Amino acid sequence: MSHSPTKVGLSRRQFVQAGGALLFAAECPMTFASKANAVAEGAMMNSFVRIDPSNVITMLANHSEFGNGAYTVMTMMLAEELDVDYRAIQIEAAPTSPDYYSPLFREYLTAGSVTTGSTWLPMRTAGAKARAMLVEAASQEWAVPPAELSTEAGVVSHSATGRRTTYGQLLESIHRLKIMPPDTVSLKDPSNFKVLGKPTKRYEGAAKVDGTAQFGIDLKLPGMLHGAIARPPVHGGRVVSFDATAALKMPGVVKVKAIGAGVVVLARSYWQAHKARGELNITWDRGDNDGVSSEQFYRDYRALAEQPGMLAEDIGDALGALSDADRVIESVYEMPLLAHATLEPMNCIAQVSGDACTIWSGTQYQSNDQEVISRFLGIPQENVTVHRPLMGGSFGRRSSKKADFTVEAVEAAMGESVPVKIIWSREEDIRSGHYRPLFVHKMRGSLDASGMPEAWHQVAVGQSLMQGSKHDPAYMVRGIDIYSLDGCLQAPFGVFPYGTSYQIPHHRVESHNAPRIGIVPQEWRSVGHTHTGIAYECFLDELADAGEIDPLELRLRLSKDHARMNRVLRVLREKSQWDEPLAAGRGRGMAARIYSVSPVAQAVEVSVADNGDFTIDRVVCVLDCGFAVNPLGIEGQVEGGIAFGLGGAAFGNIDIVNGEVQQSNFHDYPVIRMSQMPQVEVHILPSDEPPTGVGEQATAPIAPAVANALFNATGRRVRRFPLSSQGFNLV
Amino acid sequence: MQLTVNGVEVDVTSEGDTPLLWVLRDELDLVGTKYGCGMAQCGACTVHLAGQPIRSCVTPVSAAVGKAVETIEGQADAAGLSAVQRAWLETDVAQCGYCQSGQIMVATALLREHPAPTDQQIDTAMAGNVCRCGTYPRIRKAVHLAAKLIATEALV
Repeated sequence: MSHSPTKVGLSRRQFVQAGGALLFAAECPMTFASKANAVAEGAMMNSFVRIDPSNVITMLANHSEFGNGAYTVMTMMLAEELDVDYRAIQIEAAPTSPDYYSPLFREYLTAGSVTTGSTWLPMRTAGAKARAMLVEAASQEWAVPPAELSTEAGVVSHSATGRRTTYGQLLESIHRLKIMPPDTVSLKDPSNFKVLGKPTKRYEGAAKVDGTAQFGIDLKLPGMLHGAIARPPVHGGRVVSFDATAALKMPGVVKVKAIGAGVVVLARSYWQAHKARGELNITWDRGDNDGVSSEQFYRDYRALAEQPGMLAEDIGDALGALSDADRVIESVYEMPLLAHATLEPMNCIAQVSGDACTIWSGTQYQSNDQEVISRFLGIPQENVTVHRPLMGGSFGRRSSKKADFTVEAVEAAMGESVPVKIIWSREEDIRSGHYRPLFVHKMRGSLDASGMPEAWHQVAVGQSLMQGSKHDPAYMVRGIDIYSLDGCLQAPFGVFPYGTSYQIPHHRVESHNAPRIGIVPQEWRSVGHTHTGIAYECFLDELADAGEIDPLELRLRLSKDHARMNRVLRVLREKSQWDEPLAAGRGRGMAARIYSVSPVAQAVEVSVADNGDFTIDRVVCVLDCGFAVNPLGIEGQVEGGIAFGLGGAAFGNIDIVNGEVQQSNFHDYPVIRMSQMPQVEVHILPSDEPPTGVGEQATAPIAPAVANALFNATGRRVRRFPLSSQGFNLV
Repeated sequence: MQLTVNGVEVDVTSEGDTPLLWVLRDELDLVGTKYGCGMAQCGACTVHLAGQPIRSCVTPVSAAVGKAVETIEGQADAAGLSAVQRAWLETDVAQCGYCQSGQIMVATALLREHPAPTDQQIDTAMAGNVCRCGTYPRIRKAVHLAAKLIATEALV
């Protein structure tokens, strides 16, 4: 990031008058240089700021808030350049129109921990342009040079004469004087930041302590019916027939009908719909997945991993080096299906009227919802309106490419004259969800004479997230899903502009896309790293052990040409007191990843009892996320990312037997609870680089760091997850 | 049936076996109390019944008749947010915020019983409350801060 004011060129201007208010529009360059070429000039018209005559400033937010802090960082950026209090800004979810698509994804999508990075210039520029117009208006009205004017808290003032006016009061002047947005605008020098870079409390924090925050599940529309869906016992199953005689006699029940997702009961209240669902008598066709099991997937995938896969990377001659090696270290890592288990279960309200549809949905991905609904109903995409409330967690689940929980609500609402609200029970969420795909990684490695890794051969097998989707061309390279190998390749791959940060002389990585079945794979916080991180960083630990080299020292040497990762590791060594001995029964492990260009490393200390019960005594996390826009938010995301990854690694397991998911609720799909949550020390490295994401980064290293610490404490290596399946119980 | 919710008497018509949670949410529009699991596994639905924290997702509404029900909406009074709510804000606890009503209701009950709780007491009292965003370290901090605020304000 340059410390001089940034000139932002604008090739197009927009000046819209709407309902007495002004809409300031800014077309802005992208912060991710690697992606900039992919975006056509002129496709990034963003309109973010509205000021009304009573001086209410509204930001049209084109990213979702699900705990990620998007609303906080975006209002901070706008507030900084517009000189207003970030909490005085009102937020409206921006409409689902291409004007508001993410410049990075070219869709209306909040994902990949890119919100901060991709809004960094657009949102600041929108604020700076609006401010410039207000200053120009005051300058002309008062006949004083703009340089003599100052702005603060929504007011322009001229200190020499004591004149002051609010932004809202200047709107009339802007109209009358026909003041246009400037072609270029100077952004503040970071040394002058008042908000950016300062620990800043959550924008919508107050509404989240007094019960007034509105989540999708809380919305109520006049006349609305509540729906509960009976879903097939097996993923991909179908309704053959149903008898609703008993259900229809239950209080409040209005209608029962079959839809693609199952049989839906519509009633006056949720509980009435839920209760009546239990009275349905349904004959199911269990479909093609009747009989599948997780154990069979493991067997099939292990067999596939023995076969040559699609070659993603082949640096040096790994196969030759391995066949010449005196000693080859081999391991297979196995990671189960995982559910997201957002605490607010999936829900959606839909209303269908003629050739128009409106949904109220907590979604990460509203352009896709719009597309899928438009296809489903056969209506123009612009006839689908999406209202987006706050979300009670998402972790990837609400970015479904199939828009599963959305389109089923639309189907349930078809033929009804009122809106229909569908709420998933926790059991539906666990049993009928989309999952982090099950993966098997076969690893082979050898060492040079000094004990350092010399050759690496990895074959990954699992269901592709992107194959056959509309993202297939962008995220698949020669049939290889780049997420299946995220963080396993030394060189940049596809649209991912980063490698592992390590240099191993002979490095070969292959993958197989496992057969596609009716169990839908879904991004899960930190996506590919949830399994590649375990395979890569645990096997690296195995090689360090075999070569009798300290695991952190090994990574320092492997990353010597990657300045940012190397700095992260050096700080980790110091902050974790890595080189100080631990007491008996305790162990220390670490892992390092680059997720979406941000390097992050963690050191973990564990205490393990003889029966395998263990506690995590300490997690030290060091990350380089470029300029730290909101250190308070970053610390929260790091703690949360660790909690999420730790729960998955410690006991997360969606186990399928005879086609049926065996888990159903938090008693058999446990998640991290307070007593299990470790102390987390967060060290954010100071940086002048543009900001990068933090939402998923801390999830990536935690699982391998814990597994490596357990090995260090006990000498037992976990290669099948979760840890609880191998006798290690987090207490 | 007649309930007393946040000090106000209200008539409700839901069937008596309806969980209190859904009566609060669907009939009384008090949606600050959340559904998370439906089987007393996550704590998101915690309210106070006769002063005790209970899981409203497994408590039939008929069991609440004649007892005081307190929800998150009743925590602030004319003077403003409760000490626990203020401590939550000051500590910037919430991320998605969905579990926080339940967390605050449990913490409020804990502090009535243990005005200066240890970490161990906090962990035990709050073991039934899930936060998928992992705000636990800040919850712990906020409970300690709330204890301090309550103690300080009692002296005034």
